[in-house]
Amino acid sequence: MTLEDLNPGCSPTWCPGCGNFGVWAAFKNAVVASGWDNTNSVLVAGIGCHGHMLNFVKMTSFNGLHGRAIPVATGIKLANPKLNTFVFTGDGDCLGEGGNHFIHACRRNHDLTVILHDNALYSLTTGQTSPMSAKGAKTKSTPGGNPDEPFSPLTLAISAGATFVARAFSSDIPKLADLIAKANAHKGFALIDVLQPCATFNKDYTYQFFQENTYPLEMDHDVTNKILALEKSQEWGLKKIPLGIFYQVQKETFVYPEISLGAKERDISGLLKNLY
Amino acid sequence: MKNSSNIFAVRISGIAGEGVKTAGQIVAKAATRAGMHTYNYVEYPSLIRGGRNLITVNISSEPVLASKKTPDLDFDISKISGVHKNIIAVGTILKMLGGDLENVRDLLFDQYDEAKSGFDNAAQTNPILSSRSGLAKILINGNEAAAMGAIAAGLQFASIYPMSPVSGILHFLAEHQREFGYIYKQPEDEIAAVNMSIGASFAGARAMTATSGGGFCLMTEGVGLAGMTETPLVIINGMRGGPATGLPTWSEQGDLNLVLGAGQGDFPRIVLAPGDAKEIFEQTRLAFNLAEKYRTPVIVLIDKNLCDHDQSFDEMANGEWQVESYERKKPGTGEYFISNSYEHNDFGQTTEEISERNLHMQKRWQKLSECAKNDLPTPKIYGPEEATTTIVSWGSTKGAVLEALKELPEVNFLHLNWVSPFPTEAVQKFLGKAKRVINVEQNISGQMGSWITRNTGITIVENILKYDGRPFFPEEIIEKI
Repeated sequence: MTLEDLNPGCSPTWCPGCGNFGVWAAFKNAVVASGWDNTNSVLVAGIGCHGHMLNFVKMTSFNGLHGRAIPVATGIKLANPKLNTFVFTGDGDCLGEGGNHFIHACRRNHDLTVILHDNALYSLTTGQTSPMSAKGAKTKSTPGGNPDEPFSPLTLAISAGATFVARAFSSDIPKLADLIAKANAHKGFALIDVLQPCATFNKDYTYQFFQENTYPLEMDHDVTNKILALEKSQEWGLKKIPLGIFYQVQKETFVYPEISLGAKERDISGLLKNLY
Repeated sequence: MKNSSNIFAVRISGIAGEGVKTAGQIVAKAATRAGMHTYNYVEYPSLIRGGRNLITVNISSEPVLASKKTPDLDFDISKISGVHKNIIAVGTILKMLGGDLENVRDLLFDQYDEAKSGFDNAAQTNPILSSRSGLAKILINGNEAAAMGAIAAGLQFASIYPMSPVSGILHFLAEHQREFGYIYKQPEDEIAAVNMSIGASFAGARAMTATSGGGFCLMTEGVGLAGMTETPLVIINGMRGGPATGLPTWSEQGDLNLVLGAGQGDFPRIVLAPGDAKEIFEQTRLAFNLAEKYRTPVIVLIDKNLCDHDQSFDEMANGEWQVESYERKKPGTGEYFISNSYEHNDFGQTTEEISERNLHMQKRWQKLSECAKNDLPTPKIYGPEEATTTIVSWGSTKGAVLEALKELPEVNFLHLNWVSPFPTEAVQKFLGKAKRVINVEQNISGQMGSWITRNTGITIVENILKYDGRPFFPEEIIEKI
């Protein structure tokens, strides 16, 4: 697979300067570097600006409903565990509409790679507040300022049982590509919260904001220390937004019955005998 | 009542948690193993303990299709003293009925001695089980039939959130998954249930989910997703009394409009409505083939009356029926495509082009007429060809109407177990020549009556409707006709 092979012949429709371009580039680089293709991988997305990406990467995919990418991906992975299963989701998609699915996928530690396009806004619907919007943020649905607090998807994921939890900035394409590869190599539920500017609607979380206020987690950060990871995941503010792998542990994964796909006759005479 | 004179009904009641249902089921097994036919009717409040539960075991030498309203023997197990009141009751009742305790020894486990004490201390009163009348029968309820139909159909993935009255389906499927090599997964909610099943189906698995009306409400967006992405999916909806939490442990046929209109926009929804456990087994099997053939959601509409009520049949077998497979695209094969909830072109890429939109809407929509042409059977008509009165009904009312028909020689009965696509021509022809038509259904608005009108232009003016959660009893139908 080369970058050219991934071109489906239609160009991105995102706004100029959209953070999604960085995620798109990083993902394609990771695909080429890791040897993922249509024999071994599948992509799933929800609805939001992020979801359009499926049209711009020539890989087999499922573009589901708003908030429901994770359960679709779970079904795919259970039915065919050999597939590298990538979920693209947004902050509204994953944490608003699909919050319940997110919590329980973390808890079950299904082997999924979840890339959370986090622009702290509902942008496809032209700029309303999201679960990640800052308190006080002025949006179309909160013209007087957002009355609600955002929460940390990293804290939530770690508490709920996810075993690989990381954060990246969409403009650092090499680092994001590397994280995507690491997340997929991880056996278990992997979350990458990707901070990305919405050039059109978000005037607070700009490129400059993320460039000035993010920093890489310390080289000696112990990714197996859950309490430390939770503490770090609660950090947010000026010069205080950590990037990198917060938490990574190996947990034993449950082995489901292996199913061989395709139509097959079943002998149920034993079950019928039990009815006498 | 005269109609059920050949049926002997034993009603066993007790406090919830005393094992009333188990007692009734063992008595019924003793009867079916002795070659008798039975039908078990259960009532239980939406509680785990406390309140009154009852089971009516209807026994006859001929097939029993519904429960009698008034029992011939009323047995209150609360009055028994002992640890396992229900098991002692089994012994007592079997002795009263002239039954054989050894016949059900395997179902009594280490409580045989208690059953034996009940048996030895009782006297024969109504020896209906003493004359064996034929070969042993099977005893099956709708939940078991649905689960077995799915397994026979090559089920590979099921995701079902617990809900009365369909939890029995998931219990059965969960228990047998390793034996048959399919996955049962409990999801966090019904939205996840339908989406997980769609994901598994997209990956190539024969997939299903099951729920009741409230859960189906949450699934409706997924019904549309399966329709739009052309992903095969079987959904079993076991109806109970609505709306909202309604009557959780009682029955209603109130979800017909819901399933026919589930999901926004137009796409083919195939809806089947089996009338007894045997039809559930057969139509669930069929649903999997139809889902694959037309790559669209197939809904099997059943209800508490079917899910929970054991009925005897001479036998059940997989017979000539075959698992049908149809070529479809799958991920992991190297082929590039998108399954897309947006309108899309042949690759699945999002499009809003007029020509693509029209082409793909038509392609999806015509599946319904293709299904009508290729698969829709002529609906079954019971009773005499010439009749003074014709009953129309659907789904689970079949048994009660057929029992009533035994006493109504001049009445015939059109039973609809295919709802969508609808057998328009056959129904028009049959009802068009009927002298007097009565629509019988278990809801307040006559949902099937309206569906018939919409499809055939025929308006049925006489209705027998019931919506108190209790099933139709044959006696009531006879009385009202």
